[in-house]
Amino acid sequence: MGYFLQQLINGLTLGMIYGLIAIGYTMVYGIIGMINFAHGEIFMIGAFIAFITFVVLGLVGIGWVPLALLIVLLATMLLTSVYGWALERVAYRPLRHSPRLAALITAIGMSIFLQNYVQLLQGARVKPLQPVITGGMRFLEGGEFAVTFSFLQMLIIFVTLGLMAGFTLIIHRTALGRAQRACQQDLGMASLVGIDVDRTIALTFVLGATLASVAGLMFLLNYGVIDFYIGFLAGIKAFTAAVLGGIGSVPGAMLGGLLIGLIEAFWSAYFSVEYKDVAVFAILILVLIFRPTGLLGRPDVEKV
Amino acid sequence: MREAAARALAFDLAGALKDAGLVAGIVVLLTIALVGFRTQDASGGAALSYRFEDVFAVAALAFLGRLAVALLRAHRPRPVLGASVLFALALTALLLHGAETRLLPFASAPFNWTIAIAAWTLSARAAWLLWHSASELSAEARDALMDRIGARVQRSAGFLGPLLLVAAVTLPFLPWADRRLLDIATLVLTYILLGWGLNIVVGLAGLLDLGYVAFYAVGAYSYALLALYFDLGFWTCLPLAGILAAFAGILLGFPVLRLRGDYLAIVTLGFGEIIRIILLNWYEFTRGPDGLSGIPRPTFFGLPITRTPPEDGHSFHSFFGLEYSPIDRVIFLYYLALALALITNFVTLRIRKLPVGRAWEALREDEIACRSLGVHPRNTKLTAFALGAMFGGFGGSFFATRQGFVSPESFTFLESAIILAIVVLGGMGSQIGVVLAAILLIGLPEVFRELNQYRMLAFGMAMVAIMVWRPRGLLAHRDPTVRLSDHGPPR
Amino acid sequence: MNPLLSVEHLTMRFGGLVAVDDVSFDAPARRITAIIGPNGAGKTTLFNCLTGFYSPSAGRMTLRHPARGEFLLERMEAYAIPAKAGVARTFQNIRLFPGMSLLENLLVAQHNVLMRASGYTVGALLGMGRYAQAERRAVDRARYWLERVRLVDRADANAGNLPYGDQRRLEIVRAMCAEPVLLCLDEPAAGLNPRESAELNELLAFIRDEHRVTLLLIEHDMSVVMSISDHVVVLDYGRKISEGTPAAVRSDAAVIRAYLGEEDEAAPGRP
Repeated sequence: MGYFLQQLINGLTLGMIYGLIAIGYTMVYGIIGMINFAHGEIFMIGAFIAFITFVVLGLVGIGWVPLALLIVLLATMLLTSVYGWALERVAYRPLRHSPRLAALITAIGMSIFLQNYVQLLQGARVKPLQPVITGGMRFLEGGEFAVTFSFLQMLIIFVTLGLMAGFTLIIHRTALGRAQRACQQDLGMASLVGIDVDRTIALTFVLGATLASVAGLMFLLNYGVIDFYIGFLAGIKAFTAAVLGGIGSVPGAMLGGLLIGLIEAFWSAYFSVEYKDVAVFAILILVLIFRPTGLLGRPDVEKV
Repeated sequence: MREAAARALAFDLAGALKDAGLVAGIVVLLTIALVGFRTQDASGGAALSYRFEDVFAVAALAFLGRLAVALLRAHRPRPVLGASVLFALALTALLLHGAETRLLPFASAPFNWTIAIAAWTLSARAAWLLWHSASELSAEARDALMDRIGARVQRSAGFLGPLLLVAAVTLPFLPWADRRLLDIATLVLTYILLGWGLNIVVGLAGLLDLGYVAFYAVGAYSYALLALYFDLGFWTCLPLAGILAAFAGILLGFPVLRLRGDYLAIVTLGFGEIIRIILLNWYEFTRGPDGLSGIPRPTFFGLPITRTPPEDGHSFHSFFGLEYSPIDRVIFLYYLALALALITNFVTLRIRKLPVGRAWEALREDEIACRSLGVHPRNTKLTAFALGAMFGGFGGSFFATRQGFVSPESFTFLESAIILAIVVLGGMGSQIGVVLAAILLIGLPEVFRELNQYRMLAFGMAMVAIMVWRPRGLLAHRDPTVRLSDHGPPR
Repeated sequence: MNPLLSVEHLTMRFGGLVAVDDVSFDAPARRITAIIGPNGAGKTTLFNCLTGFYSPSAGRMTLRHPARGEFLLERMEAYAIPAKAGVARTFQNIRLFPGMSLLENLLVAQHNVLMRASGYTVGALLGMGRYAQAERRAVDRARYWLERVRLVDRADANAGNLPYGDQRRLEIVRAMCAEPVLLCLDEPAAGLNPRESAELNELLAFIRDEHRVTLLLIEHDMSVVMSISDHVVVLDYGRKISEGTPAAVRSDAAVIRAYLGEEDEAAPGRP
């Protein structure tokens, strides 16, 4: 029982991280109909920027955890969002009216470029971080498996839920959100009624990058170590989450993220840890074959 | 001259400066964290070095570059020409001299050279503008121009193809052909083979396959297992491995080929990864990360290429009465790769003229129209997939036998990406394009070994640049596979 | 004589929206039947059901092929319908293969015949000879149709570079190369000037009379509909509101109401 609860907590925490990244995928797909293949790299860059900021703060001597966290959070969000903006501006906007294949190739090219960019600048080895947030609550100490619910995990869950709530507010209450939903429905029409489509799309990328950067920070805190390759794997899993939840649907992305996190945690705990990634990939393939609209997505009827 | 002056548009200096400043600001934000701070791989763990001069330099270059582009757009090439030539000259001279004082603070020589080349390109553009006073080509005009160039290259493929072929066949006998050159050439040929195989799937049929490495792996491991456990020769194992790879293609393709472009890409990526993870973990079958070693080398129809003949027969040299030289094995492998590549090419060219080849291209153009004409989409796609997989399997077999050893780390997503880059950059569907792209992307970095670190970075950038500039690839001109005139007057 | 195509109680629902509502009609063999109606009446949806691109929610579509027997189209896949039942179509927004030549476009339409002749590729690859003959015959058929629409001198040009009117004609003859017994044309006269429309009428009459093909047209251009069709079906809001000869349909009050709207009766209490 204790073991099960532990996996549940671990899975939820992991799922929060995936969900944050998945929202970026689903938003971009919803608005311009393409998979932002380089989104995983944005997540990775967020993690690296967070790491560097921590190291700098450490050297400068800012030790009080809440302040450090706040600074790191703000710096990561700000600097990574610029990457999101630049990605769209440089690689995707010129190809908005080109065949989809071209846009996908560009995305893959950017993904390769960003991975190697970070690798060349920061070195290929893993980057370890001293634990920043320690301690937690323990349950079921008398039973066969004591459950630990760490403060870090609580923080991750809390912050993520807060961000998702804020984000949903933006989508449904603000002008940007309305513009975005309009563009998602019909890009041409949205521009005809006066919506600045370029700006809306750019802001979508920026928002997605911001969320992914927070995910990167969480990842860094949770695992304590990062390298330039984490974007690839996390990216595919987050994409799987977006597809599982229904691509184009933000609540779907959150739900999908949670499910993938749980599946990964339980699979590696109860079956085999080597094949946990295979499990996630298999889910991706199965969902796309049997229910491509995902759990919360709308069926897509092709116009002939 | 008067025309040029009249054509020079009103230039808003303040606006251009502000714009350039904005770009520089963005560059600073982008680079301050990752370029300004370097986390050295030191044992202490939290070592940090600062390279703000790099940030400043990049921002300054971005500022100047943006300003230059604005000036060129407003038809004022002279200041751009002067400044960029000066800069390029200074930079190049210092780089060539290997001087202590450097113009740019960047540590990496290739990066400095790239800046120099960019500066020269800018100068050339400014000079062109000055001499021709031509307005910037619109996107359609650019496309049409590239199309004409592509058409000319494609037409010259008529003689370029045979020329390359002659060069390839005679390569080992050229005076400067040493072992290293032959090794590089064999590597390039392997990638050409793989590129041609993927070309069938991506270029002709338009199916975006990001997991091509899976078939490469299936071919390599099948070959290895067949050769090691069943003791079969190269000429038996090769077709068997190819068939197994084709079979894998059908298995993988069957459930997923009806998915739309982007989704198909991700799913094939997933398959590639699944295969790699299975190879890594299924120890009993594949020896996991240790891999399979001791794979026998290929023979010339049973005659091994060794210095001393085996006890019970001849070696290649003893049979033909030739003197053994260690490079002979390398030459044999080279010709083997060449033969495999040529077979792939022959089959592809032939199939393009057959109905299934035409159906592939039609599916790529418009699948709905195909369905309305009676073309079975899934079966047609499966043939492309399976055939591409088979050639990938051949490539894998060759790789296995050449190295004598296979392990999962040779079969990562990166390989798929490289092969895809070769196909895309070469102009999807163009056989010659794949050859040129392979020579460029594989041969060049091998020759200039120092560039190896930057190879993938350059790949990524090249993919983006070429797609933005020319979405259909470099040599994407297409000639019809059948002409009315081929068939004479009606009977 | 049995009608070539019988549509019975065809219904197509998309979620809550009923695009085609219990439509039944017959298309007489070797005649031109026109389907008309205001925009949004469900005409293209009907076509998509007929040709296997949508799976109808209810109803039956029977095709009586003179040589091959009866086919229930609602049970068939889109690619099987031209291959087995002999139904070919064109599209409202023209779907050519723009990067391929005119000749190649027309050869793709003969794909299945050529595939069999090539021994499903394997035979032809190994050098067995029947393919060359089959390709020659296919090219001859393509040439014949290209000559009919005066496009033969541009046979090797890219289809994407053709002017609009030529593209429409090309799409029609490409469909004919698939040797159909039923040809479904979705707004073939859209965007054509009067001269081109007249030529289209000639082409359609030629197809009906010389090649004994049954035609089903969606059209808005009344000059085409009235002058050339033998039979007319009128849809409005997904329902059939009239069926008969052009003259009868033109004077049907229900049709006039659908196109021109009703006289406003006393409108009490308008908000």
